[in-house]
Amino acid sequence: MSARVRLADVVVGTELPEQVSRITRADLVRYAGASGDLNVIHWNERVAREVGLPGVIAHGMLTAGLAARAVTAWTADPGAVVDYQVRFSRPIVVPDDDAGAEVTVRGRVAALLEDGRVRVDLTVTSGGEKVLSLARAVVALS
Amino acid sequence: MALDAGLVGRSYPPSAVYEVGREKIAEFATALGDPDPVYRDPVAARAAGHPDVIAPPTFAIVLSLGAGNVVVEDPDVGIDYSRVVHGEQRFTHHRPITAGDRLVATASIHAVRTVAGNDMLTTRVDLATEDGEPVCTTTSMLVARGSA
Repeated sequence: MSARVRLADVVVGTELPEQVSRITRADLVRYAGASGDLNVIHWNERVAREVGLPGVIAHGMLTAGLAARAVTAWTADPGAVVDYQVRFSRPIVVPDDDAGAEVTVRGRVAALLEDGRVRVDLTVTSGGEKVLSLARAVVALS
Repeated sequence: MALDAGLVGRSYPPSAVYEVGREKIAEFATALGDPDPVYRDPVAARAAGHPDVIAPPTFAIVLSLGAGNVVVEDPDVGIDYSRVVHGEQRFTHHRPITAGDRLVATASIHAVRTVAGNDMLTTRVDLATEDGEPVCTTTSMLVARGSA
């Protein structure tokens, strides 16, 4: 485990380490079971295409969870996240192969708030395209 | 079908108690590929200042999905679930969700809008212990795409 980030170490513009993950079909099955979101568009290609999607897509909340992981890995204190919000703008199509889809998360400190709180804005992309039009965490540092 | 603005503020009866288990938290963390020991090891969690293992920041979706169903299934809401996509999600944590918590979820309708034939329904779910301590507030915006 890395040391916790301290408030004194942070300024507006501080960048989080970039995080690159891959999402495969197996990850979608695992997330469906863990979250209870069994929507068929996340595991059934036939149904996904029938409703007009290009293929099986990742759960938005899986993408959001991966993005939050970049924040908790940086703070080294998941309990520090007091607010987290996302807006979904583009689905991630997950191909039926072993490589899956790549998700890249970048983040930077966007504002220092009151009471040691810090706002982190995330940029989450897959295949060079933004998949979340907004992803923002507020963390309480000491 | 446009959503009725009069639905805003409608609240639903509290859910049954959901007991947060260590294994469920670990399963959720694994599904996110997150190896952090505070999600698995009570000793590591206590060393980090928590009474037991804590849940990842997005774990509350497990409870809010279930609680939000009462809104989607409300005949007065009349949303077509087959056309629904997740638009936005927010979690406000009053403290981390912790193994052993016995949580009650209370859903309410926070906002409704219709934009370009798409219905947008924002549901708020308040998670509190059965003793009434607030733990987390989630807001979920669902978009029901118009069939035009």
